Amino acid sequence: MLLIHCPYCDEDRAEVEFVYGGEAHIARPLDPSALDDTQWESYLYLRRNPRGRHHERWRHTYGCGRFFNAVRDTVSDVIETTYKAGEARR
Amino acid sequence: MRRFSAFSLFAEALRGHQDWPEHWPDKPPKSSYDAIIVGAGGHGLGAAYYLASRYGIRNVAVIEKGWLGGGNTGRNTTIIRSNYLYDESAHLYDHAVKLWDGLSQELNFNVMYSKRGVLMLAHNVHDVQSFKRHIHANRLNGVDNEWLSAEECREYCPPLDISPNARHPVLGGALQRRGGTARHDSVAWGYARAAAALGVDIIQNCAVTGIRRGVDGAVQGVETERGFIAAKKIGVSAAGSSSLVMKMAGLEFPLESYPLQALVSEPVKPIFPCVVMSNSVHAYISQSDKGELVIGAGTDQYTSYSQRGALHIIEHNLAAICEIFPIFTRMRMLRNWGGIVDVTPDRSPILGKTPVPGLYVNCGWGTGGFKATPGAGDLLAYTIAHDAPHAINAPFNLDRFRNGALIDEAAAAAVAH
Repeated sequence: MLLIHCPYCDEDRAEVEFVYGGEAHIARPLDPSALDDTQWESYLYLRRNPRGRHHERWRHTYGCGRFFNAVRDTVSDVIETTYKAGEARR
Repeated sequence: MRRFSAFSLFAEALRGHQDWPEHWPDKPPKSSYDAIIVGAGGHGLGAAYYLASRYGIRNVAVIEKGWLGGGNTGRNTTIIRSNYLYDESAHLYDHAVKLWDGLSQELNFNVMYSKRGVLMLAHNVHDVQSFKRHIHANRLNGVDNEWLSAEECREYCPPLDISPNARHPVLGGALQRRGGTARHDSVAWGYARAAAALGVDIIQNCAVTGIRRGVDGAVQGVETERGFIAAKKIGVSAAGSSSLVMKMAGLEFPLESYPLQALVSEPVKPIFPCVVMSNSVHAYISQSDKGELVIGAGTDQYTSYSQRGALHIIEHNLAAICEIFPIFTRMRMLRNWGGIVDVTPDRSPILGKTPVPGLYVNCGWGTGGFKATPGAGDLLAYTIAHDAPHAINAPFNLDRFRNGALIDEAAAAAVAH
């Protein structure tokens, strides 16, 4: 089980309080009707799935309820840092 | 390869089993092959075996970064079934179940396929309706599946608690009698031995580090830790690492890799006669021939390559197991582990050609790849040999994520729907 630091509550809490939200920093298309099939495929389905540093969203569902971002190493599962939603990619 | 028979076993026993030849000799890689398979799990070894035995391509190497059968082939819960809802999936998985029949004879290696039946429990009205729909869809596709009442479920699986005030009440179940289990390691060993006998080279401890492409874009071979190996055809069957291998060829794949959790108990006398799955509480259980209860749980919620056990997931899983089978409340558990499964957005595999000429892929089996081992091996081999997919795997192409023809398989194992 991971120990995750919520940047809003400023506390380390157990993973079971959180829900994983997938890869972070995927921007919703500004003009959806202008996208072709290849762009939709990329937005909906293609993920980096790296072996190493991964930027991802988490939600402190059983705490403050807010979304934030984390950088985690997908081999060691060590969380390098967490930061508030809307902040620049680290 | 010396064939196993009562006579050869007896003769070898007299000599103290000292004269058996190596089942799959450890060979250095040649400079080129007609085809290379990346990944020596059951699927990859199966593909190499069928390439050599059915499709006449014998100059084949299987390249593995670790050891043979050491990935998900050695980490799954060995369940075999084909009771999938959609036509495409039913045909795909039933192709595999048909090959499981007779596989031990074909390979001359006992894979211990046991048709003990797979029983899926219905705990609520929605389960009942959805399972009955599955049963009818399966029967239209020639896949056996039948409805059992709660009493019939307990008759089939006596440890089951069917009392009406149970935490997870049993309203009935869907039983596939042809479903069951097989010995997972034996599947890899059997395919490796039979493939090696037909001239396939199995190269272990040799990670693929790159895929070399020519000016025309077609593959020329693979870069490995032991140098460049040329091949005009490359089949990738690398489970959780598939997206990493495809990136070496410059391809992005709709895959995410999650650890799938499983565990076994201490071995006990035969107590559990079949496989029971309970999708709504994320638990499936059977007993191995060695006596251990083999229990499958869900995946971790986050993507990872760490292959670690996760205590909070199996705790949740065992709480449900103990409610459904109170007889197991004092059973001690031995081991918990994770295997890295590559999950597609529609929970169906990708099996066929890729946009790169000469590069073929078999991936995205997610949480349910073991049952498909012979079928996936055969269909990957067919696709490589013909440079075109078989009718069975044609729908499982990569294009479906662009054109929208998804096979959104709601019956996939261990995934919440």
